[in-house]
Amino acid sequence: MQNEGKIRIPSGCAISGVFSKSGERFDGETVIRSIVPMHDRSNGLGGGFAAYGIYPQHRDLYAFHVFYDSVRAKDECEEILRSGFDIEAAEKIPTRKMPQITDEPAIWRYFGLPFDKQLQSTGFDEREFVARFVVKINSSIPGAYVFSSGKNMGVFKAVGFPEDVGRYYRLEDYAGYCWTAHGRYPTNTPGWWGGAHPFSLLDYSVVHNGEISSYDANRRFIEMFGYRCTLLTDTEAIAYIVDYLNRRQGLSLRETADVIAAPFWSEIDRMDGEERRRRTYLRNVFSSLLITGPFSILLGFTGGMMALNDRLKLRSMVVGEKGDRVYVASEECAIRTVEPSLDRLWSPRGGQPVIVTLNKGVRV
Amino acid sequence: MAIRYDIPEYEVLRDPQRCIACRVCERQCANEVHSYDPDTGTMKSDETKCVDCHRCVSLCPTHALKIVRNPDTLRRNAYWTGDTIGEIYRQAETGGMLLSSMGNPRPYPVYWDKMLINASQVTNPSIDPLREPMETRTFLGKKPDRIERNPDGSIDLSNLPPQLELQVPILFSAMSYGSISYNAHESLARAAKELGTYWNTGEGGLHEDFYKYAPNVIVQVASGRFGVHKKYLEAGAAIEIKIGQGAKPGIGGHLPGAKITDDVSRTRMIPKGTDAISPAPHHDIYSIEDLRQLVYSLKEATEYKKPVIVKIAAVHNVAAIASGIARSGADIIAIDGFRGGTGAAPTRIRDNVGIPIELALAAVDERLRQERIRNNVSLIVAGGIRNSADVVKAIALGADAVYIATAALVALGCHLCRTCQTGKCNWGIATQRPDLVKRLNPDIGSKRLVNLVSAWQHEIMEMMGGMGINSVEALRGNRLMLRGVGLTEKELEILGIKHAGE
Repeated sequence: MQNEGKIRIPSGCAISGVFSKSGERFDGETVIRSIVPMHDRSNGLGGGFAAYGIYPQHRDLYAFHVFYDSVRAKDECEEILRSGFDIEAAEKIPTRKMPQITDEPAIWRYFGLPFDKQLQSTGFDEREFVARFVVKINSSIPGAYVFSSGKNMGVFKAVGFPEDVGRYYRLEDYAGYCWTAHGRYPTNTPGWWGGAHPFSLLDYSVVHNGEISSYDANRRFIEMFGYRCTLLTDTEAIAYIVDYLNRRQGLSLRETADVIAAPFWSEIDRMDGEERRRRTYLRNVFSSLLITGPFSILLGFTGGMMALNDRLKLRSMVVGEKGDRVYVASEECAIRTVEPSLDRLWSPRGGQPVIVTLNKGVRV
Repeated sequence: MAIRYDIPEYEVLRDPQRCIACRVCERQCANEVHSYDPDTGTMKSDETKCVDCHRCVSLCPTHALKIVRNPDTLRRNAYWTGDTIGEIYRQAETGGMLLSSMGNPRPYPVYWDKMLINASQVTNPSIDPLREPMETRTFLGKKPDRIERNPDGSIDLSNLPPQLELQVPILFSAMSYGSISYNAHESLARAAKELGTYWNTGEGGLHEDFYKYAPNVIVQVASGRFGVHKKYLEAGAAIEIKIGQGAKPGIGGHLPGAKITDDVSRTRMIPKGTDAISPAPHHDIYSIEDLRQLVYSLKEATEYKKPVIVKIAAVHNVAAIASGIARSGADIIAIDGFRGGTGAAPTRIRDNVGIPIELALAAVDERLRQERIRNNVSLIVAGGIRNSADVVKAIALGADAVYIATAALVALGCHLCRTCQTGKCNWGIATQRPDLVKRLNPDIGSKRLVNLVSAWQHEIMEMMGGMGINSVEALRGNRLMLRGVGLTEKELEILGIKHAGE
């Protein structure tokens, strides 16, 4: 049987996210509790979390989380890492031994910055340099997999049910202002840690429920720009698309949503002149990045979170608000579990992004 | 009289019980197969002239006629077949090249029929086009590499090169006025307008009556430069430089003087009755840098307001050639496969030169992506697209849109008798004889074309919906939606698809 990355595996899922607009940091217990009632939406073959604001002591350094299948993979990866980056700290990520979590790889994290000389010799900006480094490790060193590479954020994922994965990584010991979680229901996989969500590049992280029918059209287009979709999962492709549109093309998140979950032509044709031209331009120029088929995604990024449904809303997703907290989940029960009395609860329309960001002046 | 060695290919079966000797067949047959014998009061047939176009069969009011393959057989031989021997007799008699029309009819592999389309089950819902929007609109043309912003932060929309907007990813391919009739052109023009797509003049210029259809016309500039002038270039929605044609890669064209009537002469800007000969190459394009000059000459002449298409035949090195074209300033590349039709081509060339469009398309799309220039151009593929499933497969392999021509002519009544070169088309399509041309009514012809493309559009929507895809743009290049059956590893590798069951 082929491992993930050699074969494309569709999967259904549960997602949940909690965000504090005031930048208040809270531990991982909330989001773990929220995903528990959606237990039946996963099947134990993948769970994971992304947390923002968890490394304030290293806030200006890239935090790399890496899976290693072998000592050799670790040696090779560290050699490349140390040749390009000034590494300030390297350590095993603390975990808790549990019977529910098996076949663990070695899990390490590194904090560091690219060497100035290296940066200058390539001519890339810092983020491009880091993105290329991650793509290079993941596509060229067998047994090494960088699954988190942003500043002051981290991804934690494994094969297992999400609530077990959360306890395994001791998420109660971390405090962040934004948490997203994912429980996976792949249809056919031996289970590989790298295949769990979130999928992340730089500070972008994506958790996703759905199966996109446009996958290969999106993949073959995005690979023209230096990305390598090594996992063959939708989530990976979505993360690269967001990185390409938002970071490299400089589109706003709203414009990014207008591309990937574009309004129908019938809606665009009814818009007034300038808006119609703008939407037509975006759909035309980035037509290969339109995502079709069912999806609900939670995109985490430094200082914010975006929730987005496919344009037909073929996957459930609800948003709740209470005070400065914003909750997004596949099912309302996930939100009610952690916050029974909400100020507001609604189901966003297909293709309409919900973008939340930290209040003005908040530093994390 | 010398002995004729070749035997008639077809036999006319006339049921004497049904035949009422109304002489419709006689009047309808431009090949003069049928005649009336006043002595016996019955109809007779000269089968040596029959091309099996079925005009008489379709119009016989009593269904008395059948055209069948002549059962007379030479001694059976799997190598020296009857066709082969007959062609030798003809060449021995005339000393000439064999001529044929329409596309390559030989039993080469049809890769369309060895690819199967995916559908959603359980993990992903299929989408019902009767209940949800299902989009077939697409744009052809170069896309900008980078977004630019105006001083106020809004997106600068002006950096988008000229585009063609299609409501359905099907265009009518090039067929010149001269090779086909005025009424055929009018049918195509009106249908393109109604469908929100485009038709193509071919290399014979644009008849003055059809400038009113200019927003939906692609004007062609070919090696003969027939009918090319400023107003013509300015009229088109796009300009197509024709380098080659799938039915006859590497050679030019020859429209016999008999077809150069007053109108054709005026439209082509050549004297009446003279042969119109298109040279094999453009004599100002001997290399890729020359192509670039022509592309930019045409753009200069039309103030960069129109996309320029470069059309080539699918030949062995097509991927590298396309890559060169994509860097030459062209906005769209059209690739014509070896099944593509023609009004006349040397038989040996039609049947032996060029490669299947499926393989050419897969190779070109992949090559342009590897070189990261797929966004520099759009791809139109042509050459034997037979139905909506072929369209879906072509788009999934990587095409932006397809050209159809043979299918369009069949919709107009063509029976693929493959003798366009004689100019005696009984269906009023590939002829300039006024009595024949008037048999094709543009009101009916355009309606039939609209019906055909609309029917295909519905089928495309249904197949897309089955795959859970609701925009044709998400199908483009989506090769995971295809699986091969009965293909070798090498064929799968070139097509970039997996085998069924994988």
